[in-house]
Amino acid sequence: MMGRTIFIDPGRCIGCQACVSACRECDSHRGKSMIHLDYTDEGSSVASLPTVCMHCEDPVAPCAEVCPADAILVTADGVVQQADTTRCIGCANCVNACPFGVPKIDLQAKLQMKCNLCYDRTAYGLAPMCATVCPTGALFYGTVEELQAERPGVQVADTFVFGESEVRTGVAMVVPAERVRWPVPGGLPVVEINGKDVRP
Amino acid sequence: MTADPRAAGPSTAVPLDPALAPPGTRGFRDAGGIPADRWHADQNGETLVPTHCCFCGVQCGMYLRVDHGGKVFGVEPRNHDINRMRLCPKGINAYQQVNHPDRLTAPLMRRSRDEELREVSWDEALDFTVSEIRRIQREHGNDAFGVLGGASLFSEKTYLVGKFARVALRTRHVDYNGRLCMVSAAGANKLAFNIDRAGNPFSDILLTDCLLLAGANVGECFPVLTQYVWGARDRGAALIVVDPRETAVARTADIHVALKPGTDSAFFNAVLNVVIEEGLTDEAFLAAHADGWDEVKANAAQYPPSRAAEICGVPAEQVVQVARAFARAPKAMAFHARGIEHHTQGVENCLTVINLCAATGHLGKPGAGYGTLTGQGNGQGGREHGQKSDLLPGGRSILNEEHRRQICEIWGIEESELPAAGTSMMEMVWQMQRREIRGLIGICNNPFVSLPNYAVVKDGYDATEFHAQFDFFLSETAANAHVVFPVTVWAEDEGVMANAEARVVKHNKAQEPPSGVRTDTWVMCELARRLGAGDKFAFGGSRDVFDELRRASAGTVIDYSGITYERLEETGGIAWPCPSTDHPGTPRLFEDGTTYHADGKIHMQVVEWHPPADPYDDEHPMSLTTGRTVAHFLSGNQTRRLGALVEQTPRPWAEVHPSHGFRNGEPVRVVTRRGSEVFPALVTEAIRPDTVFIPYHWPAPTSANVLTIDALDPRSKIPEYKVCACRIEHAAAIDEVPAPPVAPGHVAYPETQVSRTDPLPPTAPQGRGTSERS
Ligand code: SF4
Ligand code: SF4
Repeated sequence: MMGRTIFIDPGRCIGCQACVSACRECDSHRGKSMIHLDYTDEGSSVASLPTVCMHCEDPVAPCAEVCPADAILVTADGVVQQADTTRCIGCANCVNACPFGVPKIDLQAKLQMKCNLCYDRTAYGLAPMCATVCPTGALFYGTVEELQAERPGVQVADTFVFGESEVRTGVAMVVPAERVRWPVPGGLPVVEINGKDVRP
Repeated sequence: MTADPRAAGPSTAVPLDPALAPPGTRGFRDAGGIPADRWHADQNGETLVPTHCCFCGVQCGMYLRVDHGGKVFGVEPRNHDINRMRLCPKGINAYQQVNHPDRLTAPLMRRSRDEELREVSWDEALDFTVSEIRRIQREHGNDAFGVLGGASLFSEKTYLVGKFARVALRTRHVDYNGRLCMVSAAGANKLAFNIDRAGNPFSDILLTDCLLLAGANVGECFPVLTQYVWGARDRGAALIVVDPRETAVARTADIHVALKPGTDSAFFNAVLNVVIEEGLTDEAFLAAHADGWDEVKANAAQYPPSRAAEICGVPAEQVVQVARAFARAPKAMAFHARGIEHHTQGVENCLTVINLCAATGHLGKPGAGYGTLTGQGNGQGGREHGQKSDLLPGGRSILNEEHRRQICEIWGIEESELPAAGTSMMEMVWQMQRREIRGLIGICNNPFVSLPNYAVVKDGYDATEFHAQFDFFLSETAANAHVVFPVTVWAEDEGVMANAEARVVKHNKAQEPPSGVRTDTWVMCELARRLGAGDKFAFGGSRDVFDELRRASAGTVIDYSGITYERLEETGGIAWPCPSTDHPGTPRLFEDGTTYHADGKIHMQVVEWHPPADPYDDEHPMSLTTGRTVAHFLSGNQTRRLGALVEQTPRPWAEVHPSHGFRNGEPVRVVTRRGSEVFPALVTEAIRPDTVFIPYHWPAPTSANVLTIDALDPRSKIPEYKVCACRIEHAAAIDEVPAPPVAPGHVAYPETQVSRTDPLPPTAPQGRGTSERS
């Protein structure tokens, strides 16, 4: 399965947008952030989760497949690069093809831009900027073994179903470990308060 | 991973198109904030300067990227063991302050407040300041001049602030903005343990079985600490959060106690009640190490869970659950922050948490203990060396004759020359109103935004005959001054800070200050020299001051004498006390159960809950509570100028529960006994129906502190920011929502500036359960 890649753990995200700020600092997008943060249950919860490029493996990168200009390169190690600036015609086919809503179009520059897994960093052994700084580890860069060593029992999911079609991705989501949930952590359910039975 | 030759790293083919720059930073870059060739720099030629973030009390390690020309142009994460590469958005953007176009680069001056501030020479500004100090002190006595310092300053500078006030100005009126931060925790720790710091290092969080966070919005105020919280949960630790709001961390807590603001001590007394009732106390530990347990136990009997449920507005079951989870855990830790400290019973709130730790024996062990999370980078170190009105260096008391003698010896003055204890920051403002204090020097603080009850603060400052302010941006407070001294930002000087673990870390200099800018150290020494105390202030720089500070702290509890710059660089930080250069420092306190009291015991204190200072009535039935947001820091003087952060959270809002019938973004008028203001509503179930929350980083007319009350804790003198009585109303028209005023001297960020004619802010506040797409 996957080698070093990004794992997204939404249960940890605190919505701080350090990833967004960090992405701007990365040299490959010239001050533009390629991450966006989604608030999944607005108004009733503060839950949030970051979206980065999922680097689809099967079918190989729908964005690249539909690109008429052959501008999107998938490297041998499965990283889907942002559009080659000398080829991209800014037609936005990739934007429509991506099941995760990732690529962005700069209309003025007629250029598609997206997360390329910080290729300029990872090629030199550094982790992508977002996963390096994410204060909570909601974005984790490494192998699945490294992830599991740090977070015992977690599972990862790399297959997503959209209607009839299934997409397997290079970036994976973390599925929380099963926790034994007592009504009271480390204790017994509350039965009595000051001698009175409070069971419904 | 093999690099594909076709996928060369940073592409250079795209010309630098301003349209590609992110909104909010373009103006900054165009204005020269980042070198124009930022994205094309020859990065092999850059240097990385190891240092720490200037903002909160976590003190994350970072590298500043410095180009060929010696200019800071970026940040790179650093694998320091506090943060292990992590940074929050404030830390990532902090470097943009260094070459920011808003930087003050020449002293500003005016002889009266009717004039405009104009640029003058250093000599003129210093001369005028000295003559005004002399005049005021001659006419009204030494104590008519005051000094207010800051806890974002390096410890060397905070030491100098205390010495400058007492030796050069001979005034007893010196205090600092850490008074608004964690002095309640400090007071409680001194009473209970006679040492003013957290008991455990952050890394102990990873070892605990139960983590209690009381009034600590870790996700937004100390984001990098979250990795420790999640690490504890990965190990199966239970997480208890006590907070009126469902914060990002509370969302995932095993027990979230959403209590009514201002009722914390009733809640913790009741938890102790259950711990006692269920026989979960550690009697052996108490017998050996605690004093006052019988009284505390008798008092706890007055707080059955049913009473707490009534006072706090939470189910009684939660009291029992918290008691069981905390007391039964093999190792448990409690952290608190401003949520329980910003109250008229802030000290007492902290004491109830300490009582709980002591009663259950959760102290002084790996994974068991207590801590307070400091809001400011040097919130801990800022008060250790004599900047606080009642403290001398090394935490010595200014009231203690022996302590006074020791410091006078080091300072080379007679004991009779050393002034008595002064008053606290808010009290000094009241004295300014009464014209008891007629002149003031403020050093890197911004009370116009950060103090409660803005009308009183403005009145107090306006009443001063002379006011000088040190800062690197023209803050709202500096804009009111007669003289503004342009000083260095953190990356232009070296010095130490103590983080929330009491770990002393070293900040390094990454860039030369712009010409015209001097270090705070230089300005204080120069003023002292012109006041005739030059021999006592012959410091060349931070190193000299640090050496005197080490000597001045030797033999006290807050012993820095074994800490040197070289050791700090080698080790990445040393926790005090560190009495000798071969001492490893003290990351964890009380490992043998002894405290710093003469009898070695924990002095447990009886706490009676009492209601907040501002009473509820039919007109003001709800609680207003204030706090921070992740993108901004304190009064916002620094972060409200950084494009990405402005864009992330452009303005304040009022967080209200859906039951009040507001729609998201609708204008809501919040009325307290001090005033009323209109904010866009952020409607969310993540807050109690009887509570409103407003973040406080903005100045009037969108300032939470126009509404808050200037009531103080009688012991710590911390203001009660976290609760006052209020009501909310529908504002008549949408255009009543004012835009946050632009910082004085602010260079425009066209994309992020909210125009006064905009009916509503372009985006909803971020990170609080809503998004720009709402
Ligand atoms: S940096 Fe991490 S925690 Fe913060 S918003 Fe991004 S993914 Fe979430
Ligand atoms: S503000 Fe605090 S948490 Fe954020 S980077 Fe700075 S020190 Fe770390």
